[in-house]
Amino acid sequence: MSVPMSLLAMLEEGPMYGLEMKHEFERRTGGVWPLNVGQVYTTLGRLERDGLVAFDGDRDGNKTYVITADGRASLEDWFGHPVQRESPSRDELVLKLLVASNAPGVDVSAVIRSERRASIEQLQQYTRLKTDSSTDADVEWMVLLDSLIFKTEAIVRWLDVSEARFASDPRHVSQPKGPMPAEPLLDQPSMPERGK
Amino acid sequence: MAVLRLDRVSRIHGSGHVQVDALVDVSLSVEAGELVAVMGPSGSGKTTLLSLAGGLDLPTAGSVLVDGSDLATLNRAELARLRRHSVGYVFQQFNLIPGLTAAENVSLPLELDGVNRKEAYGAAVDALARLEMAGLENRFPDDLSGGEQQRVAIARAIIGDRRLLLADEPTGALDSMTGETVLRLMRRHCDNGGAAVLVTHDARFAAWADRIVFLHDGRVVDEAMASTPESLLADGTAL
Repeated sequence: MSVPMSLLAMLEEGPMYGLEMKHEFERRTGGVWPLNVGQVYTTLGRLERDGLVAFDGDRDGNKTYVITADGRASLEDWFGHPVQRESPSRDELVLKLLVASNAPGVDVSAVIRSERRASIEQLQQYTRLKTDSSTDADVEWMVLLDSLIFKTEAIVRWLDVSEARFASDPRHVSQPKGPMPAEPLLDQPSMPERGK
Repeated sequence: MAVLRLDRVSRIHGSGHVQVDALVDVSLSVEAGELVAVMGPSGSGKTTLLSLAGGLDLPTAGSVLVDGSDLATLNRAELARLRRHSVGYVFQQFNLIPGLTAAENVSLPLELDGVNRKEAYGAAVDALARLEMAGLENRFPDDLSGGEQQRVAIARAIIGDRRLLLADEPTGALDSMTGETVLRLMRRHCDNGGAAVLVTHDARFAAWADRIVFLHDGRVVDEAMASTPESLLADGTAL
C-alpha cells in the first residue's frame, strides 16, 4: 500500500495539513489502516524533498501542503499503471503440501482437509463481519472485506484442485480416514478491526 | 426439535459390481435458525442429500425427519402435503413457470394447497415485497434479471411459512454481487426462525452458513464451524 501516493491523491483535491490528511486517509480506507500523524509528516517531508509537494504556509497554526506539477505527474503514473506485485514468495502452505506429498506416513488429503477447514472458517469470520454490516455500509469497508474473502476463497479453490490432482496421481494413494495433522496454518486468523 | 434430521442415512443405487454408494451413513441435524452448507466435489452426494431431505427420494437405510415426521412412514398424500407445507426448493436455474407473472409463480403453491386465489395473490405480493421486489409483481420471468428471478424463486419456496429451505447451487447462474444478495435473503430466512440447507461449490457463498459439511464419495469427511467474530474482534489485530 502506497501511503505517499495516497497523500498525493488527497492533496490533488486541495491544500491540507498533516492531521487533516491522517483523518481523511483513515476515513477512505474504512479505518482499517491506522496512520500515525508523525508518519504523515515524515512522508510529507520526503515528498517535499523530491519536489512532489510544496509548503503552502500556515493555516490555524498547521503547516499546509499543496501538490506540485511533478507530484501530479507521479500520481497520474501511479493510477495509470498496474501495481507491481512481488515475485511469488515461498508460501508456507504450498511448501507444506509439496513436502507432505512425499513425506512417508503423511496423508496429504488429510493435510488438505485440515487446511481447507481452517480457510473456510476464516471465510466465515470475514463473512459475518459483512453480515453484521447493512447493505449500505461504508463501501470502503465492504471492498476491504471482499478482498480478504476473495483471497481466502482462492486458497480454498487451489486446495480443492490440489486434492483432486493428488487423488488422480497413482503415486499418491488417498487415505480418507487417515489421522488428522496437527495445526492448520490458518488456525488463528487475524481479523480486521473496523475504524471508529 | 430439529427442522431437519438425517439419522445414519445411506442411499445405494444398484447392487453387486454395479452398486453405487451415493450416500453412506450420513447424520445431519439442522435446527431452526440454522443455515447449513454442504460442499464437495461433483458426485460426492450433495444433491442426493438434498433430494432425501426434501422427500423427493427415499434412503435405503436410516431415517429422514422433517419437523419431527419420519418421511418413510408417510404415504404419498401425506408426503406431498408435508412438502407443500414445510419444504421449499431453490434451484440454480430458478425453474419459474414462464407463462405466469412473478406474483402468480409465488402464489401457485398456496393455490395448489386450496387457498383462494385472491388471498394467495395478496400473500405473494407481500412475500415479494419482503424480498425487495415490490413493483415487479406483474413482470413475467423473461422480463426479470437472473437475480430477480432467483428472488421470485425464493419467495415461492418460503411462502406459506415453510420453514425448511433447500437450495441446490442457487448462486450458480448469478454474478458475485447478486449471489451475495441471494445469500443475504437465505440468511434472513434463517435468522427469522427458518432453516436452510445450501448445496454449493463456492466457498465464498458457503461461508454465509453457520456450519459447513464436506462430503466426499458419499461420506461426511469434515465439518467447519467458525467461532463468533465478536470474540475474535476483541483480541483481533488490526491490519
